[in-house]
Amino acid sequence: MSRAALVLSGDLPWPPSVDDFYLPDLFGGNSPWFTKFTLMVWLAVAAIIIFFLVAYRNPKMVPSKAQWIAESIYGFNREGVAREMIGHEGLRFGPYLTTLFCFIAVTNVFAILPLFQISPNSHIAFPAMLAVFTYVLYIYQGIAKHGFGKFIKQSLIPPDVPWWLIPLLMLIEFAQTFLLRPFTLALRLFANMFAGHIVLLVFTLGGFALLNASALWAPVSLLSWVLTVALTFLEALICMLQAYVFVLLTGSYLQTSLAEEH
Amino acid sequence: MNITGSLAIIGYGLAAIGPGIGVGIIFASYIQSTARQPETAGLNRPNLFLGFAVVEALALLGIAFGFIWAGK
Repeated sequence: MSRAALVLSGDLPWPPSVDDFYLPDLFGGNSPWFTKFTLMVWLAVAAIIIFFLVAYRNPKMVPSKAQWIAESIYGFNREGVAREMIGHEGLRFGPYLTTLFCFIAVTNVFAILPLFQISPNSHIAFPAMLAVFTYVLYIYQGIAKHGFGKFIKQSLIPPDVPWWLIPLLMLIEFAQTFLLRPFTLALRLFANMFAGHIVLLVFTLGGFALLNASALWAPVSLLSWVLTVALTFLEALICMLQAYVFVLLTGSYLQTSLAEEH
Repeated sequence: MNITGSLAIIGYGLAAIGPGIGVGIIFASYIQSTARQPETAGLNRPNLFLGFAVVEALALLGIAFGFIWAGK
């Protein structure tokens, strides 16, 4: 029996749990080789590539609507993040930041798109991979600019501190720059999408649970579903905000790597 | 009264207090600063989201560890 049929028959998978995130294979295989997540990631990549190719196939001085949208997205990342956070030197990261932003935004929006309604980013694997890209990039850029020794020294020892504080600060700065940054970067995106999906599940399935509970509780299910709609709008906001925050933090990390010694 | 379930839920409730207050203070400060000097709105916006993201991470750590340490 499918999940929808299960819900309607009153035999609810209640309460929502981590198991709700492990989807079956689309072709009915025993091991999940090709799940909805795989399909969504391929779809997102295809949609982004096709959109930008079509929008820029025939660029004009007076842009068409598609070209205007594509240019706005690129301009937002190039000017709003790269230039703002890193400075003039950061403009070369514009394409990377834009790609990152588009990928995260599109995969996040699957969380509220009918028929999909779950984001690939609610599995830690996808945000972790994206965080690894950023991690490798900002360390590589720092070493390429300052050389290995100077980059390590610069990121571990803050300027103008008393000498007896340096051992303690080195530990804190090491944990901060090399361990906590990639970890929180991945976890932030993952936990937002994970929690968002759980919350939507609670209110949707909660409506059915109330409907089946007793005649007294049945009307309350309407309130639960109204809240589902409201929370879907909140999710839409969070989807875009998290894409922006991820790119913004990438910019901020690159900036600290590239900064001159103070 | 008999309550069943995971204690991690209460733990997460406690863990969310701090970040909740923190995020509130951050947005309050942003609103206050832009009300006083509207021209700094664009200048401060990246800092707003940076601060928000860093504080919010604490609450999200709570969610993740809540599931990890929920107990079987």
